[in-house]
Amino acid sequence: MLYYSLKRLGLAVAIVSVAMLLLFTMIYLIPGDPAAVALGPRATEAMREALRIKMGLDQPVWIQFWNFFVNAWQGDLGNEVLSDRPVAKVVMEQLPATLALIAGGMVWSVALGIPLGCWTAVKRGGMADRIVGVFSVAVIAVPSFVVAIYALLIFAVTLRWLPAIGAGEPGDLGDQLVHLILPSLAVGIGWVGYIARLVRASMLEVLEASHIRTARAFGLPDRQVTYRYALTIAILPTVTLLGVGIGQMLSSAVFAEIVFARPGVGKLVYDAILTRNYPLVTGAVLVTTVLFILINLIADLVVGYLDPRVRSRL
Amino acid sequence: MSEAASRAYGSLRRILAEPLGMLGVVLVLLMIGGAVFADLLAAAEPNKISPRDRFLGPSLTHLLGTDQLGRDLFSRALHGGRIALSVALISTAASLAIGVVLGLIAGYGPRWLDNLMILLFDAIKSFPTVMLALALVTLFGPSLTAVMVVVVLVNVPGYGRIIRTQTLALKSAQFVTAAQSMGAGTVRVLRVHILPNVIGPLLILASMDIPVVVAIEAGLSFLGLGVRPPTPSWGAILNDGFTAIRDTPWIAIAGGLPIILITLGFTFLGETLRDVFDPRLKRQG
Repeated sequence: MLYYSLKRLGLAVAIVSVAMLLLFTMIYLIPGDPAAVALGPRATEAMREALRIKMGLDQPVWIQFWNFFVNAWQGDLGNEVLSDRPVAKVVMEQLPATLALIAGGMVWSVALGIPLGCWTAVKRGGMADRIVGVFSVAVIAVPSFVVAIYALLIFAVTLRWLPAIGAGEPGDLGDQLVHLILPSLAVGIGWVGYIARLVRASMLEVLEASHIRTARAFGLPDRQVTYRYALTIAILPTVTLLGVGIGQMLSSAVFAEIVFARPGVGKLVYDAILTRNYPLVTGAVLVTTVLFILINLIADLVVGYLDPRVRSRL
Repeated sequence: MSEAASRAYGSLRRILAEPLGMLGVVLVLLMIGGAVFADLLAAAEPNKISPRDRFLGPSLTHLLGTDQLGRDLFSRALHGGRIALSVALISTAASLAIGVVLGLIAGYGPRWLDNLMILLFDAIKSFPTVMLALALVTLFGPSLTAVMVVVVLVNVPGYGRIIRTQTLALKSAQFVTAAQSMGAGTVRVLRVHILPNVIGPLLILASMDIPVVVAIEAGLSFLGLGVRPPTPSWGAILNDGFTAIRDTPWIAIAGGLPIILITLGFTFLGETLRDVFDPRLKRQG
């Protein structure tokens, strides 16, 4: 397990490094002068020159990359253009709101997906199985921003059951939770489908296993066999999938934050693009990417811990 | 009827025999037909501004209503299909071409190159899609080209990995060794002996990825970072509708409906294709 963990950790560090290199290359390759873009058309040449030196753009490429690389690993992502605050700090301030949204999405997807998958596996081939099957495919297919807008239209504008904008009163947990319902539904509903399908498939496999047959042969009640012995094993692949899922929910969260006017990293990046706040955009992209890699690392370690067979596959 | 034609006919019948496959084919044909014959189906010009007809609800003259500039939404939705489908086709074709070449190189080339490619694929995949898209659009400036670059970057790692795995498996197959020993060069081995064996499942996966591509285009256009106004795009209509959602919900409905229909259509079709032609893929989820 230690060997596996170290190897997996090494891989994660390598991926983060390559991702940084890619991001730097993208920034470097763009036509035009980042300082000019950041300052807008009305800036004087002297102002641009000053910003260029401040951003280190007057130095050779490899030194620029080295500085970017070393600083980024130390958590220094440079300063944003508008208020000159450290990018890392600005992004970290917005991160909890986004994480809350993703957590909400996970609650939706797990709370609906696992029972649906389990239920359809037990009732395989029946009408309910078919309906849930089509439903799963449908919610996976439809983009989350369309779900977000339609949910806003139906539940907030037309029916007025739930609030349309904002994250709720600070300090009022109940209000914040109510404001979380619709956006997290938009973020999580696609994953209800994924999880239901995955749990169904792996349940079907597990239900055939010999230890389940043995349990049945011993006369244990059906309910106990299904939920206690089969489901605990069938749920394993979901853990890996959730790792990937959180990354995709990060993407959906961008839209949900904009549609429901919530604070968060997605809204931050979007506003930063509109104000040409370059370093903030790349910084936030890097933070979310590292977060995603980290989550996958944790998911893989958990699965490696639970299922020793995985360890030899790396 | 030639053998190939009768085989194609047989597969089509198998797809249409599935209710979901049938629905998928109908939806896809409907959306493609709507995009191709947009000029015939919609009498109104998609970009014709008519201030007197602002914010009209759905009626017989304007099937989906009009937007804040009095433009006919039905016509805009049909013409938006052209943008969505051409972006989907061009960028999927480009991702397939690049993914296949990189995958073959990774699978057939030396070990270090393989490791390097896999690391590169994993690194690209580790960017959350929308974040990567936002970063690229900031750098390139909003345009259709930027949207397509995003799609290619998002798709290539997946395609490359699949081709690579299958190429690795075929690399030491007997017919490949035979070809090599008869003096076939690397390019010939890859083109004649490996490619035809690995491309099938990839095409099915690519057809299932079309909804994702449509969603990326529409999503970026919704954020105002895709196609430039006044070009009709589903995402742009959705954005117009979102701004006016409290008073005139039909604009948002007109923008979202085609996105829902086309993503469902291609997904149902792709699922059926997969089940009919390659049941092995199903287990990989």
